[in-house]
Amino acid sequence: MGNFRFHQYQVVGRALPTETEEHPKIYRMKLWATNEVRAKSKFWYFLRKLKKVKKSNGQVLAINEIFERKPTKIKNYGVWLRYQSRTGYHNMYKEYRDTTLNGAVEQMYNEMASRHRVRQHCIQIIKTATIPSKLCKRESTKQFHDSKIKFPLVFKKVRPPFRKLKTTYKASRPNLFK
Amino acid sequence: QGRFRISHHALDRTVREAISNPNDHKTLGALRPLSSAVVESLSLALKMPFKRYVEIGRVAFVTYGKEYGRLVVIVDVIDQNRALVDSPEMVRGQINFKRLSLTDIKIDIPRVPKKKTLIDAMETADVKNKWENSSWGRKLIVQKRRASLNDFDRFKVMLAKIKRGGAIRQELAKLKKADVA
Repeated sequence: MGNFRFHQYQVVGRALPTETEEHPKIYRMKLWATNEVRAKSKFWYFLRKLKKVKKSNGQVLAINEIFERKPTKIKNYGVWLRYQSRTGYHNMYKEYRDTTLNGAVEQMYNEMASRHRVRQHCIQIIKTATIPSKLCKRESTKQFHDSKIKFPLVFKKVRPPFRKLKTTYKASRPNLFK
Repeated sequence: QGRFRISHHALDRTVREAISNPNDHKTLGALRPLSSAVVESLSLALKMPFKRYVEIGRVAFVTYGKEYGRLVVIVDVIDQNRALVDSPEMVRGQINFKRLSLTDIKIDIPRVPKKKTLIDAMETADVKNKWENSSWGRKLIVQKRRASLNDFDRFKVMLAKIKRGGAIRQELAKLKKADVA
């Protein structure tokens, strides 16, 4: 379906058992990373901030990739994030319309980079959720909640169907209409 | 066109701008998407040159990528650039509008129909025949045929072309003689 840059992983880990604590509490995190190694690293980063445990005295029990349940259904995703700008940390809530959560998260990273010049490592995803259409806040997602949606494609870019046919000069002017 | 007067108070500023500059593609582009009722009234009042709209049920031709050459039906719109698209032979998926070319054919389907409903709707609308009889569809069939000729076929085509040219020139000669006489 999609070649996503960001994969969603479920990482489960706990502190190592000691004599004082035979069965330490197990924690699970769902996070986004480009690969499994990074996912585990991110897991420890967040867990360190929440609990008194580090990678050196902890263990990852399981790491699984989470795939989209219904990749053919269009959903409205709400993403809550915390990002670092040049002047400080800010929280944000963004909405995206996509078929998969990974796609929406990728959109989010691209948008943050373009609109706010925030790079990937400065963004922390706090929460993501599928939002029913009634509860969407942003006009740009709400405008697509129309069952009789209809609009023309105003500007048609003429594109060679495969790269072999791509040339610098063409014999005739392109027809940009329709 | 008194029947299709639009109440300007009902439309917002961007729409009003588009009405006053009907040839400004930039404002028109910023308008999409509009509700279908507004689009209908605009296109009648402005005589908008757009006849093919992105809408649920619109048949489109894929012009780039893995699905090149396939006829698909727009089954839902994801956002400004992408549509959810379906076809009897493929899994429902998203595709960018830049990879699509809209056709004149539109079928009647509810939003995101089941595969079976889609296939039935395509049968009743007779999409396949309409496409193959349209000039666009016919051209594609001819292109495919020409690309799949082998050398013997091309030889036969050459003979046929010579024969056709000969017949045309004979008729032309006859007409010229009749003209002179």
